[in-house]
Amino acid sequence: MKIRILVSLKKGVLDIQGKAIEASLQKNLGFTQISQVRQGKVVELEIAETDSEKIKKIVDEICDKLLVNKIIEDYSHEVIS
Amino acid sequence: MKAGVITFPGSNCDRDAVVALQKVGAKVQKIWHQETKLDDNFDLIIVPGGFSYGDYLRSGAMASISPVMREVKNLAKKGVRVLGICNGFQILTEAGLLPGALLRNKKMKFICRTINLRVENSASDFTAKYKKNQIIRIPIAHMDGNYFADSDVIKKLEDSQNVAFRYVDNRGNVSDESNVNGSMLNIAGIFNDAKNVLGMMPHPERAIDEDTGSKDGLLMFESLFG
Repeated sequence: MKIRILVSLKKGVLDIQGKAIEASLQKNLGFTQISQVRQGKVVELEIAETDSEKIKKIVDEICDKLLVNKIIEDYSHEVIS
Repeated sequence: MKAGVITFPGSNCDRDAVVALQKVGAKVQKIWHQETKLDDNFDLIIVPGGFSYGDYLRSGAMASISPVMREVKNLAKKGVRVLGICNGFQILTEAGLLPGALLRNKKMKFICRTINLRVENSASDFTAKYKKNQIIRIPIAHMDGNYFADSDVIKKLEDSQNVAFRYVDNRGNVSDESNVNGSMLNIAGIFNDAKNVLGMMPHPERAIDEDTGSKDGLLMFESLFG
């Protein structure tokens, strides 16, 4: 199955990239209605499993071991095909 | 006295670390990151600065799971001293050898200059030749040096006197202005509880000769191998 993993900085962890994007959108492009910009990461990968429990277990393990630093980041995943 | 210096793909301060160690008479072995077995008789392992794996994913993340780091963790558990400098500090936090994480610098800039550090704890193998509260001049060169940890970890660092260095002004005061990268409580370097692991963003190996600006970093190598 093709999986998409979303990694984002935890609430409360300063996201200066998000802040810079927000400032550019607001000040340079005039989107004054935009706020609270947070920037994350997307990792897409294939897992040779179809069972959603097994997939979740693998996702949790690879996020724990490499993809996510749980001190500063949260993650979620979805099956995209 | 025997020291090992690890080289990852993208390390660029490994040679400087070797030069600093040789200057204080240490026998130095360079170690490739794919090494799966390290001798037990090392007195020190240096995880050097640079841009291991191009800083992909997160600074230090990929290097922290390389084969050699399993061995470094084992040696650290046995009490061997481990020094992580700059990217090496990031690798040690990612590997779980030190608490917390290093976020992007608060002002989003790569900072490369010599700054003032205050020695917070001189009762360690790494800092024995410094005086507590001594102000030293050491270069920094990093993009992700903004030390972050949750409040419990910060409290524990303080209570255990595990903060090794802080960014300070010329008079040794902790201030927002001197906090170059936005680190919590101006933290520039920390020990583990056993004080045999030190991670720091500044580069002591780049401050070993008056001709290049400062030799305040040499005292660390003299503390280790004096």
